[in-house]
Amino acid sequence: MLSLLWLVPTLPFLGFLILLLFGDRMTKTLVGIIGAGSVGLSALLTMVIGYQFLASPPPDHAFTQVLWTWFEVGGFRPEIAFRLDALSLVMASVVTFVGFLIHLYSIGYMHEDSSFSRFFAEMNLFVCMMLVLVLGDNLLLLYVGWEGVGLCSYLLIGFWYQEPANCTAAQKAFIVTRVGDTAMAIGFFLLVTQLGTLQVQDLMHKAGEMWEPGSGMAVAATLLLLGGAVGKSGQLPLQTWLPDAMAGPTPVSALIHAATMVTAGVYLIARTHALFALAPSVQFLVAVIGALTLLLAGFSALVQTDIKRILAYSTISQIGYMFLALGVGAWSAGMFHFMTHAFFKALLFLAAGAVIHALHHEQNIFKMGGLAKQLPVVFWTFLIGAGCLASIPLITSGFYSKDAILWYAFSSEGGSIWLWMAGLAGAFFTSIYTFRMVFIAFLGEPKGHIHHRPGPVMLVPLVVLAFLALFSGFIELPHNFAPVQMFSNLMDTVFHSHGHSHEEHSSAALEGILQLTAGIVSLIGVAAAYFLFLKDPSKVEKISSTPAGSFLQGFLLRGWDFDRLYDTLFVNPLMALARINKGDIVDSLYNGLASLTQMGHYRLKWIQNGAVRWYAAGLALGAVILLGVFIFT
Amino acid sequence: MSLVWLILIPMVGGLVAGLVARKNESLCRWISLSALILDSGIAINLFAHHWLGLDLPTSTRWLVEFQVEWIPRLGAGIHLAVDGLSLLMVLLTLFLGIIGVGASWTEIKTQVGFFHFNFLWILSGVIGVFLALDLLLFFFFWEVMLVPMYFLIGIWGHENRQYAAVKFFIFTQASGLVMLLSILVLVFTHAAGGELTFDYMKLLGTPMDGTFGLLVMLGFFLAFTVKLPAFPFHPWLPDAHTEAPTAGSIILAGILLKTGAYGLLRFVVPLFPAACQVFTPYALFLGVVGVLYGAMQAFAQSDLKRLVAYTSVSHMGFVLLGVFAWNDYALYGVVMQMICHGFSSGAQFMLVGALYERVHTREMGRMGGLWTTAPRLGAASMFFAMASLGLPGMGNFIAEFLVLAGLFKVSVTATSFASLGLIAATIYSLWLMRGTFFGPNDKQWKIADLNARELSLVAALVAGLVFLGFYPQPVLKAVHPALEALQQSTAQAPVPVAMNRR
Repeated sequence: MLSLLWLVPTLPFLGFLILLLFGDRMTKTLVGIIGAGSVGLSALLTMVIGYQFLASPPPDHAFTQVLWTWFEVGGFRPEIAFRLDALSLVMASVVTFVGFLIHLYSIGYMHEDSSFSRFFAEMNLFVCMMLVLVLGDNLLLLYVGWEGVGLCSYLLIGFWYQEPANCTAAQKAFIVTRVGDTAMAIGFFLLVTQLGTLQVQDLMHKAGEMWEPGSGMAVAATLLLLGGAVGKSGQLPLQTWLPDAMAGPTPVSALIHAATMVTAGVYLIARTHALFALAPSVQFLVAVIGALTLLLAGFSALVQTDIKRILAYSTISQIGYMFLALGVGAWSAGMFHFMTHAFFKALLFLAAGAVIHALHHEQNIFKMGGLAKQLPVVFWTFLIGAGCLASIPLITSGFYSKDAILWYAFSSEGGSIWLWMAGLAGAFFTSIYTFRMVFIAFLGEPKGHIHHRPGPVMLVPLVVLAFLALFSGFIELPHNFAPVQMFSNLMDTVFHSHGHSHEEHSSAALEGILQLTAGIVSLIGVAAAYFLFLKDPSKVEKISSTPAGSFLQGFLLRGWDFDRLYDTLFVNPLMALARINKGDIVDSLYNGLASLTQMGHYRLKWIQNGAVRWYAAGLALGAVILLGVFIFT
Repeated sequence: MSLVWLILIPMVGGLVAGLVARKNESLCRWISLSALILDSGIAINLFAHHWLGLDLPTSTRWLVEFQVEWIPRLGAGIHLAVDGLSLLMVLLTLFLGIIGVGASWTEIKTQVGFFHFNFLWILSGVIGVFLALDLLLFFFFWEVMLVPMYFLIGIWGHENRQYAAVKFFIFTQASGLVMLLSILVLVFTHAAGGELTFDYMKLLGTPMDGTFGLLVMLGFFLAFTVKLPAFPFHPWLPDAHTEAPTAGSIILAGILLKTGAYGLLRFVVPLFPAACQVFTPYALFLGVVGVLYGAMQAFAQSDLKRLVAYTSVSHMGFVLLGVFAWNDYALYGVVMQMICHGFSSGAQFMLVGALYERVHTREMGRMGGLWTTAPRLGAASMFFAMASLGLPGMGNFIAEFLVLAGLFKVSVTATSFASLGLIAATIYSLWLMRGTFFGPNDKQWKIADLNARELSLVAALVAGLVFLGFYPQPVLKAVHPALEALQQSTAQAPVPVAMNRR
């Protein structure tokens, strides 16, 4: 069955092709069947392949399928090849399975849209590209997927293209991520010219042989790769596109801008972990970027009023946790949080989408309220998602995955008390803004009118995801709880020697204290949200009506004014330069030359007037001057 | 003899097509198309033999060679030859020629015969340029492609066609004359040490040292970089493109610019390796400026054709960079860029032309939201916009990747700046889509979507770019011996220090 690996990305691609070519002549039912079906088949196949991979692991816990040699130039010989190992298996499973649920949900959500088939075509292409990204055996093939998902993200953010704001958001997403991607491409040039390959395993092997830990090459290469990672994953300083990306339909936000594509940066770093291990300074930078991002985005999420923007900032913040984990060498913990996050964040977006759908495209939480009674299934599933996000202790998957990160941020070699405190503070804000959303939108007085109730095609994915969000945490428990570490055992087949140390058993008591702290902080956050936003909102209103309060609120609402900064520094000067030089100054030089010639022509043409007297006089004058020169010198 | 046919068939086809047009315009179009298809047959046959390694000499440098005397007293001969590089260029020429005839099927309504005569003669001249190994013959073909192009722009162009045609002519002609001067100096320098000859193979290795060599090299360099075009010799291009009819723009961007690239590869570096080595930093600088300046100018334009024209300046900057990086990666990248840019820019001009036929404007300000009414045209434009910004999975990506990777060995600084072109390309490509197909359709356009003829042309170009994106090996393999030979010719240069050092 492993040899069918190539079909996993191919099935959604076929779906895309069929919908592209014939979609506009199909009924919506057929479009839905092909769109969701192709991803569903792909998910099924991934599960079968995954089962076989786990039941009888191939040698070295990796299976590579070479399809053909891409090209061969001067000893550089990338192949079109897919690689299945624990890391790509987890990614591919999440992409196909969550992807399938979101496709299913979209059948309901997008049903009234006139571009129904275009939506599914682009979503299928996205899933295909995402699978190429995670399964690609070399960085160049990964880059095909990497840019491919970028294109789909652009197309889907701007799906409702008649609205200029959506187009702007789409462009912004593409261009900002492309800035990171270009750094990444330069990183590839460095790797190719220095190591002669982009095949990930060879690369890590050769780098380990040729580069000293901390050497300039290793630092430069990883810094450049990190550029790509921060762009795609919405981390500082390239995070600005992600909140605007919410202009796309909500299933798009769930699939691309929460569960899968935005975690590609995390995947890239995990995939090339041996390179990063060679550059400790860059790895520390990863941790710092993660810590800063999770705090900044967490703050911004506190004041947003648009439910999707809250979730977007929360996504940025949660990926910050993953970066923090990668930065301290806790590769497995980072991937674990990726998985649980994919489940609960997709769930939150889909539930939010159900609300938005029900309220006729209302996204402001202050115009919702009291939805718990009106949409009970949505409420309970949203609550489960919110619980995971706020990492409510013991019962939610978010608790287990975030706890692992906090623990390694403190205890691992690269960790420190500062990183741990940043993570803890972030957890506190997370539970405040999460339950602010729950309390304001779902409890209290009803404010909106319900237009549509979500049908089963939308509710089933919610319930399945809620189930996964609740229980997926139990496959990986803290060492001091129980010896259940299925996920990290699986991941160790990929990260083996580079993983974190396993000395945690000795400090079980310390780990217990930290867990208790984290749990209490989460609960305090929920309580704080209750008092601030549900019980007595007047205090918050009072603070935000002071000048300092309203300034701060606006500042955070605009995401720390990064947009303004970049506009001033880059966008406006370049736009102005382009506008001023529209006529091309170089062209003016040539035209100037032409005018000069023409002017000479006009100035001198009177001497050619056909009068012989003039010519004779000219001749005589010339002769006199020449003679004079001749005589007097 | 097949090489002579390659040049003659379009010439004769053009004459016949021109003559029958008075009676039957449709027949004229069909004759042009058939002549090009017949010619392609010959080229494909050659390529197939080359590819399969059938009955062709593998030891010599040329796959097929044709040589007869022309002007013995001057040492000029009719010397034609193909290697993998020139054969690929000939194939590209004929392919885009067919696309061009197809694209002007309904656009050209006046003087149909003379149009096709000129069109086929341009192609014939271009093929001659790719085949000629005698510098005098080369110069002859260089002029043959110029004059009909002048007519093509000047007669069937848009509003400001006279200005553009004259500008095109002056730029090309002036720089061509400088090249002629350099050819003569080169030939006489060679004659001073022995034989008077215009033969490329014999002129290779003529010692051209110091400032003198540099000056002679610059004569060639100027002619080819005007054609390419490289910054700051590009201003003829936006005007020529904007005013030319669709087919003119297609072969201008797709093929004529490639003759400049070909000239740099075939003549400038092999004939003047030492001078080029000295000149490399300046050429790289011009290349980087071209990439970025072209992109910035593209973004500034509101006229669709002008926008696409400036993107060519940007993309050809990569060619200049690759040629002067002169190593394995970069040279393969240059060849890929020549072919893929031919496809993608040709396609973009075709689509812009198709759009112009429908909305009768090239101003983006008067378009917007056209996706609603012509989704296929929109999707096709999106595809080629993506090709233009170097999306992986299309040949253009391989091209730019290889050029930049090769350049990285030579100059990290130049690579870093040139890579910014990838961002800039994203900006102008998205800008183009935003201005035409996205946004609200507030002008209430209702236009016909692509028809079957247009769709099949688009499909051929799409298939070509995707194929080259995922399996460029046939192209790389076909040019391998040619590039090897070119690199050897510089390796034997008086100053054999690797140019890679810088």
